[in-house]
Amino acid sequence: MTQRYAERKNISETASNSGSIVKALKLMSLRPVRARRPSHGTLRYVAVALAAFMLLGGAACNPNRGSGTGSGAIQLRGAGSTFIAPLMQKWTSEFNKTNPGVRADYQSTGSGAAIQGVQERTIDFGGSDAPMTDEALIKSPDILHIPVVLGAVVISYNLPQMSEPLRFSPDVLADIFLGNITRWDDARIRADNPNVSLPATEIGVVHRSDGSGTTDIFTDYLSKVSPQWKAQVGRGTSVKWATGVGGKGNEGVTGVITQTPNTIGYVEAIYAKQRNLPIALIKNRAGNFVLPSPESVANAAIGALPDTPEDLRVSVTDSNGAEAYPIAGYTYVLAYRNQSDSLKGKALVDFLWWAIHNGIPYSRALEYTPLPDEMVRRAEAKINSISAGGRSLRQ
Amino acid sequence: MNDSQPITPTPVAAYSPGTISRVAALRRRLAPTGNTGDAVFRALLGASAVLLLVVVVMLIAVMWWNSRLSIAAFGWGFLTSREWNPGREIYGALPYVYGTLASSLLALLISVPLSLGVAVFLTEQAPRRIARPVTFLVELLAAIPSVVYGLWGIFVLAPFLRENIAPIFSTTLGWSPFFSGSLRGGSLLTGGIILAIMITPIITAIVRDVLSVVPVAQREAALALGATRWETSRVVLANGAAGIAGAIILGLGRAVGETMAVTMVIGNRAEISLSVFDPSYSIAAVLANEFREATTDLHRSSLVELGLILLFVTILINGAARLLVWSVKEK
Repeated sequence: MTQRYAERKNISETASNSGSIVKALKLMSLRPVRARRPSHGTLRYVAVALAAFMLLGGAACNPNRGSGTGSGAIQLRGAGSTFIAPLMQKWTSEFNKTNPGVRADYQSTGSGAAIQGVQERTIDFGGSDAPMTDEALIKSPDILHIPVVLGAVVISYNLPQMSEPLRFSPDVLADIFLGNITRWDDARIRADNPNVSLPATEIGVVHRSDGSGTTDIFTDYLSKVSPQWKAQVGRGTSVKWATGVGGKGNEGVTGVITQTPNTIGYVEAIYAKQRNLPIALIKNRAGNFVLPSPESVANAAIGALPDTPEDLRVSVTDSNGAEAYPIAGYTYVLAYRNQSDSLKGKALVDFLWWAIHNGIPYSRALEYTPLPDEMVRRAEAKINSISAGGRSLRQ
Repeated sequence: MNDSQPITPTPVAAYSPGTISRVAALRRRLAPTGNTGDAVFRALLGASAVLLLVVVVMLIAVMWWNSRLSIAAFGWGFLTSREWNPGREIYGALPYVYGTLASSLLALLISVPLSLGVAVFLTEQAPRRIARPVTFLVELLAAIPSVVYGLWGIFVLAPFLRENIAPIFSTTLGWSPFFSGSLRGGSLLTGGIILAIMITPIITAIVRDVLSVVPVAQREAALALGATRWETSRVVLANGAAGIAGAIILGLGRAVGETMAVTMVIGNRAEISLSVFDPSYSIAAVLANEFREATTDLHRSSLVELGLILLFVTILINGAARLLVWSVKEK
């Protein structure tokens, strides 16, 4: 009896040292089984299993304990937009390297979850492709929109034996996605592409089936250029499509497009470029057909600067400017102006400042468009206004 | 800790007679053997069972609570409305319910004959050296993650159906409403076939187990009476009817709840169309698609209500299955 008790004590002591759970489990399994009344044996094993489970569970819940960063690190939790996730993950990991006192991380949970998370203060900052609606801001007027990069949405298609990139006028694009234009050899598509021989086949429209900021930017654009679109479909992260099939995620849409001839769809610029998909030129407000590029997207943002309100919630689709690409948008970081925890708030301010300045090379490397200079200044002003207990956190 | 110590009666003086008898009754109920360890063990087991019940009740309660906005806005009309328009904040579940049931039934239609065939072959006909690897492969199929099925569906199955299978149906059966139109991208048919492939290993594995416990005497009796192999197999199948019904229901349950593979190939279009070539949508798929980016409260609430409907559909199917199994057993 006493011997067994000692053994058990030994096990629990071994197990309580973090990292030796495996050892403890080994010990348990190696222990000789004595002949006993069965119910007790069973009970003991249940108890041992429960204890092991609790130990393992406890270890899993505390991933930071014993890790190299030390116990004093400030946790900065971000979540939101999947569109900006690759960049945010790069940014947070680079920032953590130069700021050992801070552990920033970012989870791609979607823009909707980001807005909710920031409102309920379950995360320290959110990433969102679509600015919050006036309605949502009434509930929490203290949330700031800080633009960090720009992204573009491109029109891609699958027309075999087509070497020249296609060109689309805004009204033609809207009517294709409304189902008003159903064939590739329609007179209006030919008018935009006079030197291209278009096939006499039906157009297969492909759109996102999951809610996404990409859809929000695209439907925002179509709402601006087509009254019928605005009245019938409208703008949003998910909409009721008039025609076509839905693919889940950028990979789903590109999958359907690449596998199905005569289809057309919209995807994030980065995605189309990495996959070498054909990319269409879109006629902008000035009447020029423009390809998406970092310059043309930055031009769209510059063209929209005069219309940009104080809270920086602005749509840059269908923007002014001779060389502006018309289907683009800002990605925002959402955060409270009044931070409850000054240490955390300071870390957040440092991170955001770092992101829009030192983070630019990483944005370029991952093919996001950095903010134009004027917008960097306005974003700086927003970051400067973040405070805790009435004191500005940025020196 | 004192598990080998005999039970000592509780000191009596401290308690009133009523309490004592109640405690004693509880103790007897917990441990009929009169052993403390047994009592603890039994209490643990009971707690586990109750916990499961609590989880289910809480699941329904929380979903009900979170869908109150949409229940208040649409009432029963939610079940019969065909309009799902986040831009206008109008939500109706019918296309999703239809898509879920239609794709699952299509999957059963393809999968059940196939699974029964494979299972009968494995238990009745195949020599051991073939039966073993085939069984292993069937079980392997069940372990493939659904996203892999989905990718395979997009890149292999969908183009194959579009180019080789759909044209045959269009020319021969194009007059019927079930095969009208042409197949592009994702469709109900593609979703149904993917589901069929996913549930076939489950149904096959269970039916094989069921058939393998049918007494050999049954087979010998049938053969002795001069039955052919076909007739013998029918006897064996009739014997395993209850188990087979259970297997089919398990497969159906998986099909109804399957999310990832379906949303990748079904076309994700919330419209009701009889044609299997048209895109469709299932409840699980729309939840996976729209929940993350649902920014308005009503949209989120409607999605939760869809989840609740899916839960009830599953409960209904399982209930029907129980009745079916019981009625088969009665005979």
